[in-house]
Amino acid sequence: MIELRNVTKIYSNVIRPAVDDISLQIETGTTVALIGPSGCGKTTTMRMINCLQVPTSGQILVNGQDVTKVDPQELRRSIGYVIQQVGLFPHMTIAQNVATVPRLLKHDPAKTRKRVAEMLELVGLDPDEMGPRLPQALSGGQRQRVGFARALAADPEVMLMDEPFGAIDPITRSKVQTEFKEILKKTNKTVVMVTHDLDEALKMGDRVAIMRDGKLLQYDAPLDILARPNSDFVADFLGTDRALKQLNLIQVRDRMTAAESTDFPPVSPDASLHFALSEILDKGVEGLIVRDGASDGPVLGYISRAAVLAPAGAA
Amino acid sequence: MNLIEAFTWVLSHKSTFMIALNQHLWMCIVAMSIGAVIAIPLGFFVAHSRRASFIAINIVGAFRSIPSLAILSAALPFLGIGFLPSVVALIVLAVPPLLLNTVVGVAEVDATVTDAATGMGMSRLQIAMKIELPLALGPIISGVKIASIQVIGGAALASFVGGGGLGDFISTGIAIMDMPRLLVGAVPIALLAIAAEVGFSFLERRVSRRTVNLSGDQ
Repeated sequence: MIELRNVTKIYSNVIRPAVDDISLQIETGTTVALIGPSGCGKTTTMRMINCLQVPTSGQILVNGQDVTKVDPQELRRSIGYVIQQVGLFPHMTIAQNVATVPRLLKHDPAKTRKRVAEMLELVGLDPDEMGPRLPQALSGGQRQRVGFARALAADPEVMLMDEPFGAIDPITRSKVQTEFKEILKKTNKTVVMVTHDLDEALKMGDRVAIMRDGKLLQYDAPLDILARPNSDFVADFLGTDRALKQLNLIQVRDRMTAAESTDFPPVSPDASLHFALSEILDKGVEGLIVRDGASDGPVLGYISRAAVLAPAGAA
Repeated sequence: MNLIEAFTWVLSHKSTFMIALNQHLWMCIVAMSIGAVIAIPLGFFVAHSRRASFIAINIVGAFRSIPSLAILSAALPFLGIGFLPSVVALIVLAVPPLLLNTVVGVAEVDATVTDAATGMGMSRLQIAMKIELPLALGPIISGVKIASIQVIGGAALASFVGGGGLGDFISTGIAIMDMPRLLVGAVPIALLAIAAEVGFSFLERRVSRRTVNLSGDQ
């Protein structure tokens, strides 16, 4: 668990605090997306967690331990760190890059080699093919996968990710987001992610923290934020289509009812309401049959147009 | 004709020539080593601050602008004659290119790479040794090349303060107006300088191939 207690950061050459009295708790195993306009203090907030910046006042606790009271290098080795530009070491092979933190921690070389191969496989790269290559031989998306594998290599409990998908082209991005999210869930990481992309924050975050001018405006689950923005700024920031955005976050299985007829087009239970609505509009029907594995799997239920359009919170 | 005469002189005075050549190389190697020990760590130390780099580069640059002969003369009262004042004058020649190239090489290391290294828990020393040094090696070797060429040429002046080396043949050649003797000194110095240029250029290309900058291209 990560806890920020009244954290303030004032840079020496600026009068206005970069981070202004922020308190928040991040439960173990959850992902928090920090989002806000540039200069809102989200990156500074993240960088204080692994002591790349030191708070001017307040406390940051990781598993109850004040981060300013431990050796910063040891602290950082225990926290995964991913940045937008990836920052792979260009003179080292992919395998050497991934082995960085295990080597700093003086792990057994044979175990490290095995671990590196596992990590590369986890992020969808062939260790035998990619391991010996230099970063320059990889595409942007592949490099970001390597950067992610490198951060995971020493199995940290906490991961800090600064705009981790910013340098990836939009087509690859969505796929990589989905994969990373699954890996983070599966490995039960506590994640603090900085982004300026609202859709990314809503997709990746179990909770979203919206910041502005160093202040934390709202800290809630994505659906709650979309349904109940607590200020005009947050409402504006979420956009006029925030009601529609909710449809992306709810799965068909959450709204389906018992099927009375099978005379409707099929939809997967894992599909979003957004997708279901699109199907309903496209096919001009009143509802969809929820089938396991989409097209001709066993019938699981039915979702009506009204159920798709029911306000968030209504089951 | 002079060249052939010079060559036959070398053959008939092999040991005299070898002693001078050894003195010359030894002066260069000692001056380059001490220069590197001063300039390269200093370069790493100041490279992260633009102001510190500016000050350091300008101070050594100011020393560099003093003619070597003047440094030799100025060193004489303190260091006497022979090897020591010669090496001091050569160090002054060697330091500026070494320092400048180290600073440029380290400053050009992609900041995101060092940020990633810091964020993963590398110490300042580990970053310098494992990240910055290998990535700045191309420019540093280029600095060694420039410095060694200047030092090889500059070492000819050691003859004026009794430091020996190939410069002795040049001084003697001029003093007794013996052109072949002058070439006995001048040609090997030129060949050494060319060898340094070719050798270090090759080394520089070899290490630079591994240190391609990743930012920007996709």
